[in-house]
Amino acid sequence: MKLSIFRSSRGRGDALFHGAAVGAAALVLILMAGLFVDLVIGSRPSLEKFGLGFLWSAAWNPVTGNFGAASSIYGSLVSTLIALVIAIPLSLLIALFLVEIAHPRLARPVGGAIEILAAIPSIIYGMWGLFVFAPYLADHVQPALQAVFGKVPVARALFSGPPMGIGMLSAGLILALMVLPFTTALMRDVLQLVPRVLKEAAAGMGSTTWEIFRKVMAPYGSRGLVGAGFLGLSRALGETMAVTFVIGNDHRIAASLFASGNTIASTLANEFTEASNPLYLSALIELGLVLLVMTLLFQLAGHLWLGRLEKNTRGGR
Amino acid sequence: MSTTRPFEQTQAAPAGPAPGVISVRNLNFYYGDHQVLFDNTLDIAPRSVTAIIGPSGCGKSTHIRVYNRIYEMYRDQRCTGEVLLDGENLLDPSLDLIELRRRVGMIFQAPTPFPMSVFENVAYGLRLHYTLSRSELMDRVEDALRGAALWDEVKDKLHQPGTALSGGQQQRLCIARALAVEPEVLLMDEPTSAVDPVGTAKIEELVRMLTSRLTVVIVTHNMQQAARISDVTAFFFEGRIVEVGQTTKMFTNPANKQTEDYITGRFG
Repeated sequence: MKLSIFRSSRGRGDALFHGAAVGAAALVLILMAGLFVDLVIGSRPSLEKFGLGFLWSAAWNPVTGNFGAASSIYGSLVSTLIALVIAIPLSLLIALFLVEIAHPRLARPVGGAIEILAAIPSIIYGMWGLFVFAPYLADHVQPALQAVFGKVPVARALFSGPPMGIGMLSAGLILALMVLPFTTALMRDVLQLVPRVLKEAAAGMGSTTWEIFRKVMAPYGSRGLVGAGFLGLSRALGETMAVTFVIGNDHRIAASLFASGNTIASTLANEFTEASNPLYLSALIELGLVLLVMTLLFQLAGHLWLGRLEKNTRGGR
Repeated sequence: MSTTRPFEQTQAAPAGPAPGVISVRNLNFYYGDHQVLFDNTLDIAPRSVTAIIGPSGCGKSTHIRVYNRIYEMYRDQRCTGEVLLDGENLLDPSLDLIELRRRVGMIFQAPTPFPMSVFENVAYGLRLHYTLSRSELMDRVEDALRGAALWDEVKDKLHQPGTALSGGQQQRLCIARALAVEPEVLLMDEPTSAVDPVGTAKIEELVRMLTSRLTVVIVTHNMQQAARISDVTAFFFEGRIVEVGQTTKMFTNPANKQTEDYITGRFG
């Protein structure tokens, strides 16, 4: 009986801990719901005036009070796409290099440097992008791209217009640079979790390093790798300061990647201080709501994809 | 073999003795500056089972990890000496490592099914080493699974993940995967240490059957297992080969005092 008394006093502590844990978890959900509700309330004037048309209208005229999210959504998606197309294959290769190829004496400092890069505040990327990267892009990279693709039918349109250095391409590249260390560090951690014996078994079958990676390590870590990709996507989608510096902040949808554009986040950063009337303000808040919903949709897509991967490669365990 | 990789020629089996003859000469092995194998010299007859026994840390696994040069995955590991496979020194740096690993398969302590279906696991090596039509691939996968005594158990779940099988089945899946590319030698590093008794019995029976087609070198810490399945037993102690002999003789009348002490359970 002594034992049960002892256990019940410990049980009270446990109940307290249980309650605290549940409460903390519930707080997250409450905050999330509150944020969502608040955004909906804040954007009501805009929601009532423009309805769903807000999503595909490219208008943005504070003077006449006509607002649409299309150019910002387009900019967010395109800059994120550019960033991921560049950053994901590169970070996979860097991660593979660090885990499988590099000598530990090299892998450790390089890995550390990557973690530091991931921690650099985005404003620094933005300043560097505006003052160093964009002029370089305008002087060297953009003319070169035009020279290469100038006569290729579809690609020509992507690289047309004056090479100004700031614009959608610059924003995408800066985003790629910012996402890269982040996804690389995550992917390296994922690849490090692949059991040594599994790699030995693959090598023992006569696989090359690349084959071990592509056929065994990547499928084994597929969940983590896709997860890293989606975290990178969320990061690129929501990144604000660096993009605002280099994207040009122009409400338009242009075929050329050299042209200025904007993203949802950059529009918000630029215009909140100038939003003089309630409709303008609520249009901005609705943009925020759109960004939140987009992020949630991408997260959901990520989860569904992960679920499918689980079924295809490792399920049944 | 009609279906080798187009860019390299498999060494044709010599007409005389069966392939899979191994001769180890003065093998020394180092982890960095630390020597763990000392002048190992060992002859292994083709199509036999050789058991390698000895206390933990005596270099058993290290020894067989030289035969397919898997140790080369690790920078600080190196060895000196010679390991001849059918007369060819497989430590020769110019040797084609990929072809070596086709000829010398390896099974590990823990089952290592790859993250793919049962079928794809067995097809893995076939796809790496050969160019096969779909139907040839199917046939070879079925042959390999039959060879590993697993076909009847998995023929209805070929497209399920390899990891969904039981531990013993997973280990036989790995054996099938190794057999599919028709190796001359199969190295087994304590293959039943993570498998239940029923699974172990199946694998032991399988090992006996395999000698009709290849040479097996099995590391085991289980002396009954060595006695049950091997033709020859080599006793390792502190990196040296203390005694090699016919298994029946080793277990009944060992020549060396250390061997006797070990197999009678006085140490280790």
